[in-house]
Amino acid sequence: MSVDWNEFWVKVVDATGETVYMVLITLALSAVLGMAVGLALYATRKGGVLPNRVVYAVLNALINVIRPVPFIIAIVALSPVTRGVVGTMIGTEAAIFPMVVVATFGVARIVETNLLAVDTGVVEAARSMGASPLRIVLTVLVPEALGPLVLGFTFMLVALIDFSAVAGTVGGGGVGNLAMTYGYLRFDTSVMVVTVAVLIVLVQIAQLLGNLLARKILRR
Amino acid sequence: MIELRHVTKTFPTRDGNRKSEFRAVDDVSLTVERGSVFGIVGHSGAGKSTLLRVINYLEEPTSGSVLVDGQDLGALGERRRRAVRRSIGMVFQQFHLFRSRTVLGNVAYPLGLAGHSRREARERAGEALRFVGLEGHARRYPEQLSGGQRQRVGIARALATSPKVLLCDEATSALDPQTTGEVLDLLERVNAELGVTIVLITHEMDVVRRICDRVAVMADGRVVESGGVYDVFARPKHIVTSSFVRSALHDVPEGAALERLRARHGGRLVTVPVTRDGADGPDLSRLLRRYGLDFAIAHAGVGEVQHLPLGSVTLELRGPDDAIDAFLTELAGAGEVAVA
Ligand SMILES: Nc1ncnc2c1ncn2[C@@H]1O[C@H](COP(=O)(O)OP(=O)(O)OP(=O)(O)O)[C@@H](O)[C@H]1O
Ligand SMILES: [Mg+2]
Repeated sequence: MSVDWNEFWVKVVDATGETVYMVLITLALSAVLGMAVGLALYATRKGGVLPNRVVYAVLNALINVIRPVPFIIAIVALSPVTRGVVGTMIGTEAAIFPMVVVATFGVARIVETNLLAVDTGVVEAARSMGASPLRIVLTVLVPEALGPLVLGFTFMLVALIDFSAVAGTVGGGGVGNLAMTYGYLRFDTSVMVVTVAVLIVLVQIAQLLGNLLARKILRR
Repeated sequence: MIELRHVTKTFPTRDGNRKSEFRAVDDVSLTVERGSVFGIVGHSGAGKSTLLRVINYLEEPTSGSVLVDGQDLGALGERRRRAVRRSIGMVFQQFHLFRSRTVLGNVAYPLGLAGHSRREARERAGEALRFVGLEGHARRYPEQLSGGQRQRVGIARALATSPKVLLCDEATSALDPQTTGEVLDLLERVNAELGVTIVLITHEMDVVRRICDRVAVMADGRVVESGGVYDVFARPKHIVTSSFVRSALHDVPEGAALERLRARHGGRLVTVPVTRDGADGPDLSRLLRRYGLDFAIAHAGVGEVQHLPLGSVTLELRGPDDAIDAFLTELAGAGEVAVA
């Protein structure tokens, strides 16, 4: 039994909208949270602008525990917490929670790595001008690392499109859900093809925008 | 203006699994007078940069005290120290400009830190750029400038907040000789026109001779010699100092060059110093005439140090041996003579 495409297009458009919503909300939340954790990691490391061994060790361990867990396992493992926070374990909102958790720590690592790549000389220059540690992080490190950071966020965005599809297959909404319920369970190849095409197009658009923005910032 | 008292800085090191410490700066005491240009020279690893960074407490000394404009930086909290740093500009070998900011943005940055409004900061940054001759490049980015221009931006940025002291860490070492000259001219103007006290680090004695009033020579973390630039050049005491001085004056033939001179000149070679107070031209020619000696110039290196002549001339003397001996004895009485 195959779907009636005259009606089914509406479902595809709705699902795409849901996916974009999930991904953008997650990106916004994890960008803010991940930035905070990443800055804290950078600042508290040994020889950093505000060294603190305990804070660094805790954050670092947390990231190293969460990052290697496959996303599908993370969804399941986090589901009790998800239910506590969101109130339910299915639907778009329920999918967003584990995505934010995982993405936050991914973003944190991206932020830390790119800040570390900034030439220590400009940090020294800012210190010599009497800048405080917080000021250095916000007005020197982040602007100096912005180009690579945008590329890192783009990488995260693409990963989130992937995550959203995975979340969709286990009760979240969006394109993944569509592929699961119509494409997989009803063996409809055309639905499979269309959903894959939608995901590919979304990824292309994300990467293109990210590259354009980074190029503008890097001036090359 | 700046006073260092018994400053020592050690870094922990691990040598195998035995912990020890490395003395980068070892019991250094020195005074930099207000309005002077003070040079610090030394070979790589001598501790020059560490010492400079101690002056604005970017590096906290392990012991000893640092006084800038009468204030003991060690007695201040970090917040007050940051305020003091705003009155001390710093210039770096690799410029360390912010790539994310325009030239004007770079120069305006320390003004923002000092609490100036955006407009005021841009205005004063514009003035600093005019001083270094880069007002036409305000909207460019650092990568669009040459090395010399970048360093002038670095100097403008360091001067934007009208500091009393400028610390320069190898400010010209990444530049070619002509650009080095331009940057040194600029630093001279900074000192003369703005009255800024300058401490500069270099491994080129030529830089010292061009713009410094006083110089300290460092080796293995210690200041092995210091004094007025002319005196140190004319009478270096420490072996490190003399090698630095020779590298700048090129006035005494050595090694292979000396062998070649010996092969070319059959007569006796004599090196006579030329100083502001030692043997001078007329004296030498009068003596030579008195002993009936002829001479040829084999080697010479005489230049200006602090606008006074300094260097030496190596002569090949021709004439009877006893006349030469008598001539040398008399010359030695007047100043130093080295028989090459
Ligand atoms: N943070 C640090 N930790 C450990 N050792 C250090 C540190 N900073 C400097 N040193 C050591 O201190 C010594 C002096 O370094 P410094 O940078 O002051 O030398 P320098 O005279 O400026 O040399 P150069 O001309 O190469 O710049 C060097 O042996 C260096 O390895
Ligand atoms: Mg150095």
